[in-house]
Amino acid sequence: MNRSNLKIGLFIPCYVDQFYPQVGISTLELLEKLGCTVTFPTNQTCCGQPMANSGFSHLTGACDNLFFDLFSGCDYVVSPSGSCVLHIKEHLKSEGHEAESKVLRKKVYELVEFITDVLEIDSIEAEFPYRVGLHQGCHGQRGLHLSQMSELNAAPYSKPVMLLQKVKGLELIDLDRTDECCGFGGTFCVSEEAVSVKMGKDRVADHIRHDAEYITGSDMSCLMHLGGILKRGHSNVQVKHIAEILNTAVKKQIPEPIL
Amino acid sequence: MSTATIDHAEASEIFNKDEPYVNWHDETLWFVRQKRDRSSKQLPEWEELRETASGIKHYVLSHMDELLINFEQKAKENGVHVHWAANAAEHNEIVLGLLKERHIDKMVKSKSMLTEECHMNEFLTKNGIEVIDTDLGERIVQLRNEPPSHIVLPAIHLKKKDIGDLFHEHLGTEAGATDPQYLTEAARQHLRDKFLTRRAALTGVNFAIAETGGFVVATNEGNADMGAHLADIHIACMGFEKIIPKQEHLGVFLRLLARSATGQPITTYSSHFKKPREGQEMHIIIVDNGRSTQLGREDFRNSLKCIRCGACMNTCPVYRRSGGHSYHNAVAGPIGSILAPNLDMTKNADLPFASTLCGSCSNVCPVKIDIHDQLYKWRQVLAKGGHVPQSKGLGVKAMSMVLSQPRFYQWSGRLGRSVMRVMPFMVNNNLNPWYKQRDMPEPPKESFRDWYVRNRKE
Repeated sequence: MNRSNLKIGLFIPCYVDQFYPQVGISTLELLEKLGCTVTFPTNQTCCGQPMANSGFSHLTGACDNLFFDLFSGCDYVVSPSGSCVLHIKEHLKSEGHEAESKVLRKKVYELVEFITDVLEIDSIEAEFPYRVGLHQGCHGQRGLHLSQMSELNAAPYSKPVMLLQKVKGLELIDLDRTDECCGFGGTFCVSEEAVSVKMGKDRVADHIRHDAEYITGSDMSCLMHLGGILKRGHSNVQVKHIAEILNTAVKKQIPEPIL
Repeated sequence: MSTATIDHAEASEIFNKDEPYVNWHDETLWFVRQKRDRSSKQLPEWEELRETASGIKHYVLSHMDELLINFEQKAKENGVHVHWAANAAEHNEIVLGLLKERHIDKMVKSKSMLTEECHMNEFLTKNGIEVIDTDLGERIVQLRNEPPSHIVLPAIHLKKKDIGDLFHEHLGTEAGATDPQYLTEAARQHLRDKFLTRRAALTGVNFAIAETGGFVVATNEGNADMGAHLADIHIACMGFEKIIPKQEHLGVFLRLLARSATGQPITTYSSHFKKPREGQEMHIIIVDNGRSTQLGREDFRNSLKCIRCGACMNTCPVYRRSGGHSYHNAVAGPIGSILAPNLDMTKNADLPFASTLCGSCSNVCPVKIDIHDQLYKWRQVLAKGGHVPQSKGLGVKAMSMVLSQPRFYQWSGRLGRSVMRVMPFMVNNNLNPWYKQRDMPEPPKESFRDWYVRNRKE
């Protein structure tokens, strides 16, 4: 596949745009390093999931239209968030473009699955000499099938693990509960604060019990929640999006964001 | 008994005040989930069984009328009396009527979640009937005057010490005794007397077979048999969705039920009832209580496939950390949260939101109910119907306004981040539920978009 001829749209979810520019930059650089030509439509905002998961999918029309207008001309849309991608894949509906919306839904990919399934790359030259735990976001896993689900009687596989295992120096730790939810859950994290935090604390504890230095994942929202709990507990363990790890080998002339 | 009026979030906050207890509750149920995993993974055909069960139930949902009529006819031919109850009140009246006609004022009951749903015990007690729950877990919660917290493990929220104290108070066991064998023996002696002296026994129904008019009750303690075999009148109550077409379908459902519930290959007793023994009366009450309405809701009808195994509760990370009572409904957990709004949207509007939509429930469900998708769909129905708090609605509307307009979004983001940088106390306070137990992310000066425009545009 000639990757440079493909028109790849980069979708950076609102909270990543605002709080984690380095994740957006890593995603962009990584895709470019892998030979892709990437465009970032600067008027993008949000996939609409925060409204829809709160019960207000009838208020997502403007987000849907915006997404459709900005990305319908792309061959693929790639985003470093399984949850936002799943939402688009299941619900995108631009008024007056119902059929085209369904076509666009199929072109939207989460970063890891885009790398492994579309680019068909199973190894990226990167280096990250730390003990790392993978927190697999539920929507990426159970929705997009980035990895096998522990509930099913089916052969195991994991797309993110496949990539992480090839990273030089990275030691992937085992967890007691491989795919337990972290408790972020969108607005759940504030409307059900007590349970959300308890789930997050338990998820963090599983990583700490296995001496993780970093928690990674392909959903920054889970990591934001886990990171907030780690920081409050004054833990040395840090969160890092998988794009940042996979991109470690291409820190060249690219300027850093102003933090 | 079920007087809880506080919503799930509030009840969960109270539940979470005792963290070691929450850890214990979570681990206890996770242990059951693991047993289910091991057991299901021993059957290579497990996923095929689930698919088959789901298919049979699909057939049932689209042939409900026919199957129920066949069942009634066959049951009558077997000498069983069949009653139809449109709602909980009718069901309770039928039971009361049967008892009163026979001058019976004491009854034993073996686990039936339907009678919990109908609040039958309260009703009968008010009408002078003493009901004794004979399932050990059910008896425990009954003595505590509280509803079951789990449909299969009714007293799973209690520790050995709680049971010891309770039995000391009610059954006269030694103070401080916590040995399970000793306590179980005390309950056994206490219940044995009830079994021997009660003339009426009520049981639930796990599967009713249209082809034969028979029904199956699955228990681990044999209490359904004990009650039904000793009593003059056996009343079996079933929600109409318990129907299955053929006897041979039990070969699918019985293999799934106990493995999903507790990891056992099968329950200790799968009791098949078909006709009353000489001199005994057998009655079946077929209950609707909102099921027809649910059957008519295209998005939610699959919830009626449920065989009440409780696997979705054991796997639910929210249930494990909030407890069954926080759902203020006879059936708790994910499945309860998609059944309850059908019964009362106002009272149960909080339940579909008591989930992160992680999807684990749908994966363990032996009849493949799309539970987490239904939770999402209920949210839409409830918000549109005005059943979510107004403050939440306003917040979402404001969020939608910001996110609908790129410039407004960019401006708000920049403003929000600078406020966080310059005046962190604006967000780092107790009015912000995020901040109570979590730090906020560090707000960068530059968004990704700003960086992109600065570095990549022209």
